[in-house]
Amino acid sequence: MKGFLKGVGLLSLMLVCSAFLLAGCGEDKAQTIKIGFNLPLTGDIPEVGEGSKNAAEMYLKDINDAGGLEVGGQKYPLEFVYMDNESKAESATNVALKLIDQEKVVAIIGPNSSKQAVPAGGTCNDNRVPMISPWSTNPNTTLDRPWVFRAAFLDPFQGPVVADFAAKKFDAKTAAVLFDVSNDYSKGLAEIFKSSWEAKGLGPVVAFESHGTKDQDFSAQLTTIVSANPDFIFVPDNYNQVALIVQQARDLGYKGPFMGSDAWGTPDLVKLCGEQCYGNYFSTHYAAAGAKGATKVFIDRYEKAYGAVPADYAALTWDSIGIMVEAIKNAGKVYADPVEMRAAIRDGLAAIKSFDGITGSSKFDAQGDPIKCAVVVKISDQGEFVFEESVCP
Amino acid sequence: MDFIIQNILNALQWGSFYALIALGYTLVYGVLRLINFAHGDIFMVGAYIAFFVAGFMLGPVLGLSPMLTFVIAIPLTMALTACVGVTLERIAYRPLRRKGAHRLYVVITALMCGLILEYSNLAVLGASRLKFPELVDKAIWNMGGVTITNLKVIVIVAAIAVFAFLNFIVTKTKIGMAMRGISYDKFAIPLMGIPIDAIIVFTFVLGSGFAGLAGLLFAMSYPVLEPFMGMIIGWKAFIAAVVGGIGDIRGAFYGGFLLGFIEVGVVTVFPSTYRDLFAFTILLIILWMKPTGLFGMPQSTKI
Repeated sequence: MKGFLKGVGLLSLMLVCSAFLLAGCGEDKAQTIKIGFNLPLTGDIPEVGEGSKNAAEMYLKDINDAGGLEVGGQKYPLEFVYMDNESKAESATNVALKLIDQEKVVAIIGPNSSKQAVPAGGTCNDNRVPMISPWSTNPNTTLDRPWVFRAAFLDPFQGPVVADFAAKKFDAKTAAVLFDVSNDYSKGLAEIFKSSWEAKGLGPVVAFESHGTKDQDFSAQLTTIVSANPDFIFVPDNYNQVALIVQQARDLGYKGPFMGSDAWGTPDLVKLCGEQCYGNYFSTHYAAAGAKGATKVFIDRYEKAYGAVPADYAALTWDSIGIMVEAIKNAGKVYADPVEMRAAIRDGLAAIKSFDGITGSSKFDAQGDPIKCAVVVKISDQGEFVFEESVCP
Repeated sequence: MDFIIQNILNALQWGSFYALIALGYTLVYGVLRLINFAHGDIFMVGAYIAFFVAGFMLGPVLGLSPMLTFVIAIPLTMALTACVGVTLERIAYRPLRRKGAHRLYVVITALMCGLILEYSNLAVLGASRLKFPELVDKAIWNMGGVTITNLKVIVIVAAIAVFAFLNFIVTKTKIGMAMRGISYDKFAIPLMGIPIDAIIVFTFVLGSGFAGLAGLLFAMSYPVLEPFMGMIIGWKAFIAAVVGGIGDIRGAFYGGFLLGFIEVGVVTVFPSTYRDLFAFTILLIILWMKPTGLFGMPQSTKI
């Protein structure tokens, strides 16, 4: 009898718990437009998730203070749902599924890095949910995925930008590359850079070395690189690893310059790397110092609200939301059924031919990829990212 | 030739960290037969303690010079990290030991303690990385194409000194004899009038103290701190200790350096993707030929 009672007790507990699970689904809130955010709030690059969330909060406040987003003559408040993908590929797909199935969002913004955006893009495409990745530059994120879009330029464009700049600025003949082999972004960009450098015919890539994501010691790879005596080292890596790589290369007696990619562009780079990184260059999406117009307004507002200059991913998140809002307006009507709404937003996104954002104006090609300019910035002796030159396709 | 010598130096530095952490695993295992899986995270806590100690002493209140900070930070970090280790022993392992729990449960408890340390750090300090201040004025010496920094020398010397010190304690002193005694028979030892709890606490003080030293030196060599920094290096050091023969001081020392050399050697020749594959295949072959590890003995007397 006791065992039976226990069983009944457990069963009823389970029923109560599952009632909680269902509770989320029952509510009928068709009047808000719910957008999900798939962000790295913890993990390897927490700074990136934080910056994106800050920009999104600013945008949300703007829209909702004005009474909501006007679609087809009626105003609908926006609702943003932020979820943490821990900067892991497998968590990013889980977050995407959770946003789609549990939260019933009509569209997703993020993930930021290609490492998560490539797998999560597949999940969104398969589930027919429109997704915009603000920061991902790897071609595979949107390739043959009609539901996936992005706000950043692509690595096949960024790689040659870096190669051209380095050839001109450092008068370089030989190059070396150190990249993260388990990161889609880093690996893809390293390979594109290698082929575009070799295509220039100035000289070979004398060392092409890789490391793992959690590595802290790069001395073996750097010993190989330094002994090959390159004119510069290209490091398409996340800022936390850049700090260690630059320091260890200097310890091994390397005196030449480094060249980086857009993943360098966080305030944390200067915090972690310090003076060792000063004087080096990287390609990125926009330069905060010396910005004008709408970009300046955004930077000032962000700085006032959060006490820091917004990095490129914050600006790109802002633009991604802008593109998404335009797509919702293009949809012309808010459907109660999320499946219908998703399809309408996707068509709205595909209808956008060009967009003027704070990271520059872009045109969209058939893949849903923007064609826009890249910027090369220098890390000044004050640790600021200073505009060096702009390269347009 | 330069290239080889340079990589030997790289391997010595990297192996030093494995050796320092492996020594802590082996000490605790040798006495208690407990695999203290929280050890890698005690190392991480050591690095954070070193960060706050250094920050405080360099800060406006005291304003000491970096060199003086380094000299004071060594004992202070070791002492504070030892406190963390002893606290873990007190609140997690000792109650289980008192209740006569099977060793398996204590090992699982250790694993959980490690995760608790990691995630409480994440909760308190957040996921953003910390930059460790530069304490020693870096000197880079270049000798015929081979470069070495003073920090590398400090790390390698420290690992060797710690090994010599622990070896001396365990084999030449009375307290070391007591430690070996507990390892031999922990039921007979109290009958000889030896305070078993005090000896165990001492073991944790030694193990965690040197994990703290490793944390400090690691933070100086790789000055980016994050809550999960101790996880992988801790596991690898544990494997190094097992390959060396867990419970044996020499085993941990040589096992640590062996792993360092294999890792750097593989990366020098092959793409880094193969590093862990090759490293652990080699270690597996060693264990296959000698299941008790290089210095391990098949029967009970460890340490």
